[in-house]
Amino acid sequence: MRPVLRDGLLALLLLLVLLAVPVLFPQPALRDFLIYVIAYGLLAMSLNLLVGLTGLVSFGHAAYFASGAYGFGLLMQSGAVSVPAAMLLTVGGTALLAFVIGAICVRLKDIYFAFITLAFQMFIHSVILTWISLTGGDQGLRGGIPRPRFLGIDLTDAMTLYVFCAVVFVACIVVMRQVSQSPFGYTLRLIRDNPARANFLGVDVPRMKLCVFVLAGAMASVGGIVLALFVSGAYPEFGFWTTSGEAIFMIMLGGTQLFLGPLIGALLLQTLNHFVTAYTEYHGMVLGLVILAITLGLRRGIADFVYEQMTDRAVRRSAARLDAGAAPTGSHAPGSIKDEVA
Amino acid sequence: MNLEALTACLGSGSCAVTQLSTGLIIGMLLFLVASGLSLIFGVLGVINFAHGAFYMLGAYFALTAYQATDSFLAAMAAGGLGVALVGILFERLIISRVYGRDVLMQLLVCYAVILILDDAVKMVLGAEYQMMGMPEVFAGAPIEIAGGFVPGYYLFMLGVSALAGLALWFGINRTRLGKIVQALAINPQMVGSLGINTTLLYAGIFATGSLLAGLAGALAAPIRSLTPGMGLSILIESFIVTVIGGMGSIPGALIAALLIGFTRSFGAIGFPLFVDGAMFALMALVLVLKPSGLLGTRAAT
Repeated sequence: MRPVLRDGLLALLLLLVLLAVPVLFPQPALRDFLIYVIAYGLLAMSLNLLVGLTGLVSFGHAAYFASGAYGFGLLMQSGAVSVPAAMLLTVGGTALLAFVIGAICVRLKDIYFAFITLAFQMFIHSVILTWISLTGGDQGLRGGIPRPRFLGIDLTDAMTLYVFCAVVFVACIVVMRQVSQSPFGYTLRLIRDNPARANFLGVDVPRMKLCVFVLAGAMASVGGIVLALFVSGAYPEFGFWTTSGEAIFMIMLGGTQLFLGPLIGALLLQTLNHFVTAYTEYHGMVLGLVILAITLGLRRGIADFVYEQMTDRAVRRSAARLDAGAAPTGSHAPGSIKDEVA
Repeated sequence: MNLEALTACLGSGSCAVTQLSTGLIIGMLLFLVASGLSLIFGVLGVINFAHGAFYMLGAYFALTAYQATDSFLAAMAAGGLGVALVGILFERLIISRVYGRDVLMQLLVCYAVILILDDAVKMVLGAEYQMMGMPEVFAGAPIEIAGGFVPGYYLFMLGVSALAGLALWFGINRTRLGKIVQALAINPQMVGSLGINTTLLYAGIFATGSLLAGLAGALAAPIRSLTPGMGLSILIESFIVTVIGGMGSIPGALIAALLIGFTRSFGAIGFPLFVDGAMFALMALVLVLKPSGLLGTRAAT
């Protein structure tokens, strides 16, 4: 099957699953939980464009998440634009913000890149706290975010809101998937694995990094928009460093190498947060022990671990087949085909 | 913003002295935490994100020892040595398993330890704010300097932290052991093949770094209210300090820590809501202009 066709079918399947879950299990709590997974899933997936695909560890990704939430909330409160227009404007504005910050950040590497992205994020967080007349300071954007009807869609209905969020989510995933499978995406992998070689091959490394930085920022802002739409407000915590930290943990829990790994991590962390808090007030202890078990036990994200186990087995099986039949005609190492399939 | 208040404060002797001494205290505490962080990073190449939690533990150990023995000296010893012990355990059991792995793995492991330590303190000692109170030795009237009043305990803190910093600098630059540690940072294989027990050295360095964080926590205990989350803000600030000063540079950490300390103390008057913003702006500025930090040498671009 052609990869584009396969990806399209998988996206359709994901959308169907997302839509079927609240129909099969009609508890509102589950639907709300899934919207959280969608919002944070977008944050984690977009961050993985930087971390997993390009090898840029950004510690300030929540800045664009917050920019999405606040930008959208303020535009809607102004009452001048419709929901889709506000979304487009917010994503565009955040892309511009990411462009300005990214242009400065991409010159640094490794831990210094992490620190400077963190610095800019905390700077934005301070601006949100200080500019009380616009953002409401530490109380957050209050007064609710209006959801006027557009094109016959009424987002005040909880189920409609959920369907809308799910469709936006899958659309964003498709965009990110297409980018990561494009020649541009492979250039980014080259930069991750060997920046010097990329440079020798004539790749403009800083420019490529900037491009993916802007794209990741724009995608993160969609996550912020979804969350602002759902909670009908925006809070400074969206842009605090702990939110960036959580996004990184989602990626690490799920895995960086599989495309949907971060989403699995987001689901896992949200599940832990939601259900463990219900049973014990010491949910930090439980979360900490789970993380330790995964990092020291599996030594990689869960999705990466399962995937590697599966490819290992597949390779062993095909090797066994070859041994039994004719002479081997050369086989792939599990590592080399991973990126092509993932 | 209230810049008139700031200039008025700088003009009056008493206010300036008060803010200067507060800034010095904040700066010296930060210096202790940041120099431990810097030492561990410089030699082991590990960024110990759990360093803030060690500071918190130091404060709680000091509080517990003080309540049990009523001796301030015992409190200091419990804070410093207790945390050094925790540091050794942490290095041997957890961090040594992620040496040489990518930064994200180290970060995740440290985050897990922060969560566990925070909750462990909550379980054992409770989540509410606690005060240790000023020990009797320092309960006397504050000392007057140039029209401003400075508590005697501040001078004691200054002395202890300056001594600790000096001892660290002397140990690294003027002793045989310090030379070995410097060599270890450059080429651990070579040091190992010369018959030196590198595993022991790694644990020792981690213990020293932790001891500094624990000592800072113990010193802070009488003047701060204690909460399990108190490690977070100092962790972030000591990162700013190590970045501004230069990773692995102890004198750089001192300069940067004082810079941040004064930004905090004078900023609290001039721009109270934007103190964090100003600190991060400083850090961004340094990263853009001189990415390796004021006194750092590692290549960053």
